[in-house]
Amino acid sequence: MDPDSEHCLSTSCLLYTPAYKTNARLSLEIILQGTNHVSGSVQPRSALIPNTQARDAKPRLLLMGLRRSGKSSIASVVFHKMPPNETLFLESTTRIQKDSIHSFMDFQVWDFPGQLEYLEPSFDLEDIFGSLGALVWVIDAQDDYLDSVARLNRTILTVQQYYPGINIEVFIHKVDGLSDEFRTDIYQDIVQRISDELSDAGYENAPVHYYLTSIYDYSVFEAFSKVIQKLIPNLSTLENLINTLGNNCGFEKTYLFDVLSKIYIASDTRPVDMACYEMCSDYIDVIVDVSELYSWDHPERRPKGDQIQEAESHVVLHDDTMIHLMEMNKYLCLVSVIRNRESKEKRGLIDLNCRTFQDGLNEVFSRRWEQLEETNHLDGGALT
Amino acid sequence: MDARKKKRKVLLMGKSGSGKSSMRSIIFSNYVAKDVRRLGATIDVEHSHVKFMGNLTLNLWDCGGQDAFMETYLASQRGNIFSDVAVLIYVFDIESREVDRDLDTYNAIIQALREFSPNAYVFCLVHKMDLIQAEHRQRIYEERSALIRSRSEHFRIDTFGSSIWDQSLYKAWAGIVHKLIPNLTVIERFLSAFAKKIDAEEVILFERSTFLTVTSVTSEIGELNPIYDRHERLSNIMKAFKHCAARNTLTTPASAGFVVMHTKTPQFNTFLGRFTDNTYIFLVVPPGEAAYNCAVLNTMLAREGFSKSAAAGRTDGFPLPPPESEDANGHAT
Repeated sequence: MDPDSEHCLSTSCLLYTPAYKTNARLSLEIILQGTNHVSGSVQPRSALIPNTQARDAKPRLLLMGLRRSGKSSIASVVFHKMPPNETLFLESTTRIQKDSIHSFMDFQVWDFPGQLEYLEPSFDLEDIFGSLGALVWVIDAQDDYLDSVARLNRTILTVQQYYPGINIEVFIHKVDGLSDEFRTDIYQDIVQRISDELSDAGYENAPVHYYLTSIYDYSVFEAFSKVIQKLIPNLSTLENLINTLGNNCGFEKTYLFDVLSKIYIASDTRPVDMACYEMCSDYIDVIVDVSELYSWDHPERRPKGDQIQEAESHVVLHDDTMIHLMEMNKYLCLVSVIRNRESKEKRGLIDLNCRTFQDGLNEVFSRRWEQLEETNHLDGGALT
Repeated sequence: MDARKKKRKVLLMGKSGSGKSSMRSIIFSNYVAKDVRRLGATIDVEHSHVKFMGNLTLNLWDCGGQDAFMETYLASQRGNIFSDVAVLIYVFDIESREVDRDLDTYNAIIQALREFSPNAYVFCLVHKMDLIQAEHRQRIYEERSALIRSRSEHFRIDTFGSSIWDQSLYKAWAGIVHKLIPNLTVIERFLSAFAKKIDAEEVILFERSTFLTVTSVTSEIGELNPIYDRHERLSNIMKAFKHCAARNTLTTPASAGFVVMHTKTPQFNTFLGRFTDNTYIFLVVPPGEAAYNCAVLNTMLAREGFSKSAAAGRTDGFPLPPPESEDANGHAT
């Protein structure tokens, strides 16, 4: 085993595979690409060091599970914006699919073929689990899951032994076809089986979390949001910022969304309300789709005056609910639901507060990026 | 109650199972595409009244398409069904295996129509286009519409390819209602004057409950937009969001809606708001905070002018201010 310090050193020799450009490259984002350097927060990452030996420092999401449990479907729906019913035509995965997701923070999604026996000695466990991240285990709830649970147990025990830093997230998947009662039964059964096995092996508080998911509704996005949030180092800072903003502006619920995947990377700490989440997430779709229709490039198209560079939008619905969306940087946008009558009249203040929040947010993230940049430069210098 | 109210009789016909009731439910009854599975076969004729744009009411006759019904329409019910028809919408199923027989029935209907309402508009929808592979769609559609045209007697018909799974349905129906609206030229004249005043790239009027494009005006620069089906796509986007809003605020889609929507991006600004009782107006203006605010303000002013003259009851259908007051609004900028 590498001692931790050495591990850090090796990860700092960064290998940036060229960012994977998904179909879902949203125009909202494209619009801002040319202009965003003004805000100074998200600087283009430089120095792609072609070093196959080096490991990637990006947090890694490992999608595992038996074959046909829905791993690739999840990856396609969440990260590539594939409509759920088209996932029927996905071919089965035969080799490890590595996707680099280039977003507010870079991370990788590794999609494993179900039949792969990665616990065999011929696989370099260090290579797979050595980087900080999460293991997402997908269980097909509509199928016999005993096999899957047994394999998961073996995997958890191995991972826990050598790499206790990895979060283990169990997606009890394809629950859309099950009745509510059946869902809870299966959920409890699986949780019971895994925790029994773990406590037998002496792990009382292993970091294992369970989610009921389906690609046909928002549950898989919700689950992924939770998974990603655990990998964000400054989550609590972010949540505090959002709480302060929300309290001062009278927001009912606020989400900080990653526009590309529509997972939320932080929200205020009020209870999650699925209805709000759905509306916010759909509203992002509306704005992105409308921007797609009207942001064509032509030299004849000229602005008629000054305007803030980030997109901003709000809608008032029939029941006087207001949904307010503000772009934070290339990747993130802040969406809030406002029901408070008074605060709706103070749109100017809300905008101002959101801008302040934006500055705060960019500070939170920029320091980390500057550091990355520095190590990048250092390594680049050392290698050349 | 109002003599000036216009009722237009619209016949919706076609072979059984071709999708007549499905599209009617999606356009007028706020169904989403996958809900239409629940619809049963239409028995005889289902009448519905759809209020559309002020004093225009569509009197929709959804005629069940089974052969037995078709025979009664053409025989004993002939006068009742085919008199006073403003529009006949005939739906063809692209997947149908008996094309010739379909065309024979269609021709019989057309002859009955010629007898009782020779001035009706005829629209033919070649439906379920989603079932055809994308690369063959255009060719098969053109072949089929040529066949249909050859059997349409003296009627000058419009054909549309449509599918409930994408925006083509909105394109087809927008084309249909466009033909039905009284004094459309007046509305269009107003809109283009208004668009010029506020320097808009595009101004679109949407009907409130169906989100069908009533009419639109596009500036020279707006014409350069490479996305040709943007109006239908907008209808689709906004209606989808309306459904989402209804679902999550626990109301029916019919009562859900938007009061106002502002969007500012570095490339364009848009504004969507209620215009008359039955329409939304959608503006696209170039970026620029001040210009945008002016445009919104002017829209509000124009709307007030509209409702005032509507109260005075001067005009028919779409209340219009005289051209001078438009100018006044323009000068307010």
